[in-house]
Amino acid sequence: MRMELIQPFINAADAVFSESLQAPTKIVDLEMDQEAYRRKGVAALIAIKGDIEGRVILDLSPEVALKVASQLAGTEVAASEQVVRETVCEMANMVIGNSVTLLNDQGFHFKVFPPEIHMDETGLAGSADTEALVICIETPCGNVYLNIAMHYLRRRRQERNAVPALD
Amino acid sequence: MKQFAALLRKDNQPVRYLVVDDSVFARKNLIKMIEMFGGEVAGEAGDGLTAIAEFNRITPDIVLMDITMPQMEGIEAVERIVRQHASARIVMVSSVGYQENILAALQKGAKHFVQKPVKPEVLYEILRYVLSDDPNAVGSPVAFAGEHRS
Repeated sequence: MRMELIQPFINAADAVFSESLQAPTKIVDLEMDQEAYRRKGVAALIAIKGDIEGRVILDLSPEVALKVASQLAGTEVAASEQVVRETVCEMANMVIGNSVTLLNDQGFHFKVFPPEIHMDETGLAGSADTEALVICIETPCGNVYLNIAMHYLRRRRQERNAVPALD
Repeated sequence: MKQFAALLRKDNQPVRYLVVDDSVFARKNLIKMIEMFGGEVAGEAGDGLTAIAEFNRITPDIVLMDITMPQMEGIEAVERIVRQHASARIVMVSSVGYQENILAALQKGAKHFVQKPVKPEVLYEILRYVLSDDPNAVGSPVAFAGEHRS
């Protein structure tokens, strides 16, 4: 997995959480994971298809999601499955949206699919064969996890177009 | 929390907004900011089709429109609204902010674009600009509470 594909996701997650929570965040752990993804809390999985293919999972415990929701609302939010689901979905949307903006401006083109939320006890289907990078981000509301599995499907458009002509 | 001078219409009434986003969470955030700016939420919608119906029903001063939504995406909704209401003032609000998306939205008639997460001060300046953009539109040029215009 190439770091140039991963870096925009790390930068976007860091920026989205620090901006949304109006507080500094810190990347405290970064490791490769070759086993099936084990969810830590409520996970939003977003699939990406195009020049780059793969998936990104944003994973928060329900307690952290509730603290994030309360921080964003400016008042304590009552605990409910819907609030937790909405919070994780919207944070995932913002992280992915900001990441794909950076990648798109670098010349990569792809489609992003709406987030799938995983809250039940079953694992995440289709993640068993994927080498992924797991990033733990420390925020004032608690730790959030980003799990990224991504690979090139095609070279960037300008690189494809820049193939030298044969004499 | 930062204080903002109220954005008002020329008739000193609150600016009326239609907030369009499939995420209730995102709508709540925008509504909180609209209230900070002294505005009034006239309607909400969770997809492009409902947004068109709501626009026709309430004719808001400003629409805040997400891009990626079920049923009908924001850019298509912009095109359809502007086709019927050429003076509609629509600001796109999306986490996906790459050039093609922005250009497509502007070409279809959106007035501006703001990327999520939305900073209140950024949205405020954009709204101020968009509201004062069209001197012939109802309520323009925008008045700010406490300001005197000659």
